[in-house]
Amino acid sequence: MTAPLDVSGPHLPGDEGAGPSAGAGVAIQGRSLSQIAWARLKRDRVAMAGLAIVVFLILVAVFAPLIVNLFGHPPLQHYRNMVDPTTQVPKGAFGGISTDFLFGVEPQNGRDIFSRVVYGARISLLIAFLATLLSVVIGTVLGVVAGFAGGWVDTIISRAMDVFLAFPILVFAIALAGVVPDEALGLSGDTLRVSLLVFIIGFFNWPYIARIIRGQTLSLREREFVDAARSLGARRPYIIFRELLPNLMAPILIYATLLIPTNILFEAALSFLGVGVRPPTPTWGGMLADAVRYYTVPHFAIFPGLAIFLTVLAFNLFGDGLRDALDPRAR
Amino acid sequence: MVTYIIRRLIAAILMLLIVSMVTFAIFFLVPRLAGATPEGMASRYVGRTASEETAKLAAERLGFNDPVIVQYGNYVKGIVFGAEYDYGPGVETCPAPCLGYSFITRQPVWPDLLDRMPVTFSLAVGAAVIWVLVGVGIGVVSALKRGSLFDRAAMTVALAGVSLPIFFTGLISLVALSYGNPFSIFAQGGHYTPITENPIMWAYNLILPWVTLAFLFAAGYARLTRAGMLDTMNEDYIRTARAKGLAERVVVTKHGLRGALTPIITIFGLDFGLLIGGAVLTESTYSLQGLGKYAVDAITNNDLPKVMGVTLLTAVFVIVANLIVDLLYAVVDPRVRLS
Repeated sequence: MTAPLDVSGPHLPGDEGAGPSAGAGVAIQGRSLSQIAWARLKRDRVAMAGLAIVVFLILVAVFAPLIVNLFGHPPLQHYRNMVDPTTQVPKGAFGGISTDFLFGVEPQNGRDIFSRVVYGARISLLIAFLATLLSVVIGTVLGVVAGFAGGWVDTIISRAMDVFLAFPILVFAIALAGVVPDEALGLSGDTLRVSLLVFIIGFFNWPYIARIIRGQTLSLREREFVDAARSLGARRPYIIFRELLPNLMAPILIYATLLIPTNILFEAALSFLGVGVRPPTPTWGGMLADAVRYYTVPHFAIFPGLAIFLTVLAFNLFGDGLRDALDPRAR
Repeated sequence: MVTYIIRRLIAAILMLLIVSMVTFAIFFLVPRLAGATPEGMASRYVGRTASEETAKLAAERLGFNDPVIVQYGNYVKGIVFGAEYDYGPGVETCPAPCLGYSFITRQPVWPDLLDRMPVTFSLAVGAAVIWVLVGVGIGVVSALKRGSLFDRAAMTVALAGVSLPIFFTGLISLVALSYGNPFSIFAQGGHYTPITENPIMWAYNLILPWVTLAFLFAAGYARLTRAGMLDTMNEDYIRTARAKGLAERVVVTKHGLRGALTPIITIFGLDFGLLIGGAVLTESTYSLQGLGKYAVDAITNNDLPKVMGVTLLTAVFVIVANLIVDLLYAVVDPRVRLS
């Protein structure tokens, strides 16, 4: 880190034993900003709980096949014998919940809800992470360029941000996701849908990041340490990558973390509207859309709904904590 | 002030042009790039079973053979002057704000949109009233009683609120309070009575969607208002206001809230504009036949002119709402007027 008040770095040998804690025999440790932030974050129990849930959910998504193997049934397998043939409603209490089917089964075709929720985490997190990454890359590049270059470059990029913010994003996204054929650019099936959703979600969200990065760049550009670098003869790339970017890491990290839950909700909404990843691949939004038709079996809606809620909440809790830890003034 | 208004107006019109171009490109350029032929596009009007000859003729008559830029020009011309559609069996006229012609029903899109508007408008206005009052109110009280039990409880609920997708809360509310046996006190989804017909039934049918939609937004607004209030209440001019002996109530409402409200107004403009262009998720969940449901149904049927119409209309609402917000800004904040 090259923050102006950075206190990190190795001590001079002569430091030891010279300070007030001389008698204790412990060297005074310099702490970098990230260490200070981490120490603050560790004290924030709510944020740590959020982080724990996030880590847990990532593990669930990564090891989905293993988990389903151990506790569930294949997510695409129909179990019609678990469903009453006349009413199409699952047999047994609470939508067929048992030790065999932990979250019960779907009405009509009797698929294992537990497995489908577990597999749904994969699509949800994958799309949310990649879309966030895309937004962050576009947003950071354009934000830094706009803030650093100024002038007409800044004007054009800022106007583009305004246009994007005025777009009815959701309608646009469903329309775009709807007109693209099932095979394009040599991709097909889930791969195509996932790439398409990542592109749509990521591409429409970059202005939020860009606006913040631009503002930060504008104020950092005028700081003394940038002047110092410039007067020492540093070139633009050096100033951008070595002086500005390290100082932009905190806002980038914060807003990326807070963009992930928005993107999870976005993906769920698109799947709910039927333009997400195509069935039978399980998605949380898609399961909720199916559940609308079976309101007499509320457990069908509750599990995917809670999955979305828990995931979004965990990311929000962690993101809020991260913001407080990295930028105490923003409390 | 006049230059400010004119500049905003020009910006709004430019924005509208850009949005319409991008929308048109998505619906008529992307399919072409993805490999659809003019005949393929035209066959949507004449039906898939039509012979190749008919499709070819229709493509010619409907202008699908023209370069996309010409098609766009004709589309804009249709909006301003109206257009005529000749899909084979007969010529259909589509009067002035002609937003195209449905593939499926062979009806102009604009009257459909006019038909759906009151539903979406009722939904959006009712919800907006609730969420602004509740959200801003809770945010202010939370900020003033920072750290209290009320603050912590309200912020916990608000955080949960922004983390819940509306199609989940809506579904649960329907199951628990409408379809469910013990508490079936609210209207089931899909009912709408015009306010001119029976205001009480109008409100009764919409109360559940209002509350669900408002809950989501109120949560976000409470968080924003609280943060904004905490910021402004630390400003020097608040201390000045207190020092000159103003009552605390006046300090909070006239000085604190006014400063905290400007970013809220901006976001409200965007949110409300988007919402009257179609509360897509809420309408889908409650089966309300508004603009959002219209868009979703049109997408399901691949009826591109309808989707394009709704998208464009939504953009108009957003841009107009933004324009109003910009003008309001000039009224609320004198600095805007001068810059």
